[in-house]
Amino acid sequence: MKDKVLVSPAPHLHDSGSIPKVMWNVVLALVPALIAAVYFWGFNALLLTLLGGVSAVFTEALIQKLRKVPISVSDGSAFLTGILLSYNIHANAPWWLPVVGAAFAIAIGKQVFGGLGNNPVNPALLGRAFLLASWPTLMTDGWIAPKGGALSGITNLNLIHSNLQAVSSKAHALVTGATPLNIAQSLRDSTFVNSLTADAGTNMDLANRIFTGITDGSTLQNLFWGNIGGCIGEVSVFALLIGAAWLLWKNIIEWRIPLFYLGTVAVLTFFFGAIPGSGFSLSIPIFHLFSGGLMLGAFFMATDYSTTPMTRKGRIIFGIGCGVLTVVIRFVGGYPEGVSYSILLMNVFTPLIDALTIPKAFGKVKK
Amino acid sequence: MSYKSFPGGVHPRDHKQFSAAAPVEEIPHPARVVIHLSQHIGSPSTPIVKVGDEVKTGQLIAEASGFVSIPQHASISGKISKIDRFYHPTGIKQVAIEITSDDKDEWVQLVDEADFMNLSPSEMKERVAAAGICGMGGAGFPTVVKLSPPEDKPIDTVILNGVECEPYLTADYRLMLERGEDIIQGLKLIMKMVNARRGVIGIEANKPDAIELMQGLCANDPALEVVPLKLKYPQGAEKQLIYAATKRKVPNAGGLPSAVGVVVQNVATAVAIYEAIRYRKPLIERVISVTGRIVKNPKNLKARIGTPYSELVDFCGGLTEPAGKYISGGPMMGFAIPNLEAPVAKGSSGLVVFDTREAHDLEEKDCLRCARCVDVCPMDLMPSLLAMNVKAKKLEMAARLGLNDCIKCGSCAYVCPAHIRLVQWIETGKVRWAEAQRNPK
Repeated sequence: MKDKVLVSPAPHLHDSGSIPKVMWNVVLALVPALIAAVYFWGFNALLLTLLGGVSAVFTEALIQKLRKVPISVSDGSAFLTGILLSYNIHANAPWWLPVVGAAFAIAIGKQVFGGLGNNPVNPALLGRAFLLASWPTLMTDGWIAPKGGALSGITNLNLIHSNLQAVSSKAHALVTGATPLNIAQSLRDSTFVNSLTADAGTNMDLANRIFTGITDGSTLQNLFWGNIGGCIGEVSVFALLIGAAWLLWKNIIEWRIPLFYLGTVAVLTFFFGAIPGSGFSLSIPIFHLFSGGLMLGAFFMATDYSTTPMTRKGRIIFGIGCGVLTVVIRFVGGYPEGVSYSILLMNVFTPLIDALTIPKAFGKVKK
Repeated sequence: MSYKSFPGGVHPRDHKQFSAAAPVEEIPHPARVVIHLSQHIGSPSTPIVKVGDEVKTGQLIAEASGFVSIPQHASISGKISKIDRFYHPTGIKQVAIEITSDDKDEWVQLVDEADFMNLSPSEMKERVAAAGICGMGGAGFPTVVKLSPPEDKPIDTVILNGVECEPYLTADYRLMLERGEDIIQGLKLIMKMVNARRGVIGIEANKPDAIELMQGLCANDPALEVVPLKLKYPQGAEKQLIYAATKRKVPNAGGLPSAVGVVVQNVATAVAIYEAIRYRKPLIERVISVTGRIVKNPKNLKARIGTPYSELVDFCGGLTEPAGKYISGGPMMGFAIPNLEAPVAKGSSGLVVFDTREAHDLEEKDCLRCARCVDVCPMDLMPSLLAMNVKAKKLEMAARLGLNDCIKCGSCAYVCPAHIRLVQWIETGKVRWAEAQRNPK
């Protein structure tokens, strides 16, 4: 009998996972958020998303050709970076913004370090930081309200005052023309709050009313379903949670980073989130969890393999670190939102965290 | 029922359906057998026969060559036809004794010791040593060494390993169903030899009938207990089994179970111990699963040691499709072998045949740092980091990160989406590190 059999080292079984499977599953998990974006803002959201993905794939293929290494774009990792980048842009942005951003993310964020697995910081977030630094107005102006909703998520202005426009045009402009986190940031500005008081008279705490408006149950519902303004990918908490559940169930992401990230934000915002004059309320941490890019960041960015710690303890530290930084930036920083910079900063600490948290071998004897 | 376990591990499909229902069948003894001198961990046995000698079944043909060694016995009667290098179940060639059968199967005289339970522990150990028994779960450590722990390490618990966590294999399972009483006898004998007061049988959750049967057999002896274990690989690894059953952690860096007062023996070894003490029967046969999707009639065979693997496959009706891989042992830790010339050895628990699609050769990619290997490692190591350091020839760093604590269970490589051959890299590192230790520059 002639045997033509494979002789290879154990184990001879494999769970059939692969890099393409991982990456395309993450892409799949991002689809619900995209559907929500198209529902609220129309097909421009889809177009911008695809442009980011295609630009990333094209850039990666071009660089790999120049580097004379195998072209690996079919593994889905470049496409994933591209659409994650687009998810950080609002649906009203010019078409070339995601194209340039994704190209930068792949070229400078990933390929210069040697490609997949070797990049120190999240490429998509680096691309976003690059766009924000280069075209700040394009990135932060021109938000559009969702179809049938309000930019602020406050669909019932009566919550604040039945005739807000008449009481304070400034307040009215704020709650109709800004995203929830922008409103929250404005309410931390004492000059602005004083001007509201001047408008409304001392016997009406307008700041507190607006704050109640953005943390009201109906507003929180809008935040959850996505009936608010924001970036393409961050709009619907509900859609993001569907994708996150898929990834957790498929064992593609691990629970520690998202849990500790979101948990830290929840705890800190509960204790420090109230504006002066209003008390503790569970609606404040819920508001912070549901708004901005936190859900997108916690489940899809802070779980990026290459740029986050490998040790279990390290992942807990990473999650807590992201949470603390996010809250610090939201409460005392110059930006209304801090998710992406928090993750980028913690990415930089990843090698240090890993080195300090190497687990003890099973049965380690104390010396 | 509550199931115990250990941290980490993986969940491969168990594929035991092929051979689980097949009762142990005795394969007729072959026309020739090949008895390897290295069927165990330790120094090879020393032949005491020469070509042309006539031997009986059970006759001593090679002596133990030291404390950590075992004797070997003829598994059929006939003539010594060759002492040469033959294929070994690990896939390489090693020195072995070939016996050509006289078709008589004429045995040496056995005994039936009526009062075997009351022999002195030292007499018992002598009989175990003389029977040439080594661990039959795969690693093949000389059994008498395990039964002689250092005097300053009192043993309170004997654990019988009936876990059989390797996918496909069903030999221990069938043995528990069919020879439960002999296993219990073996367990009691081991407890006497090491002076332990507690006997535990660990069985994985996917063998509920074996759990129930063994529980029934333990019912009237308060010293004995069945510990049902979660279905998780590598539940049967020694340190993981000890932890699941007793919550004790065997010290790393070369620590032995005796350090935590435990002796572990495989259930098949327990039967061999029982037969050696009661009948003075040497270890010349064992149960082996011959299985896989393309094996025509997968079976659990009682085969003489030295029976060529090819005869086992023939006895199972051959293959229904061309083979893609022959695995000596289980698919997680077994050896891929180039052909079926190798014979059954004392540690051969299975022969698994894969078809050409199951035999995959996956291309290694760059590490993604996904940390799945870290999450599944039952030894709490960082396999990808170990492999990376070995690749970079940073052996000292690898050693500091626990290179030698790896039990090569293969959980890490099983889950690696980049298909990195983590176990192979780590094993390479162990060899290179040992060399570097021996020859410091």
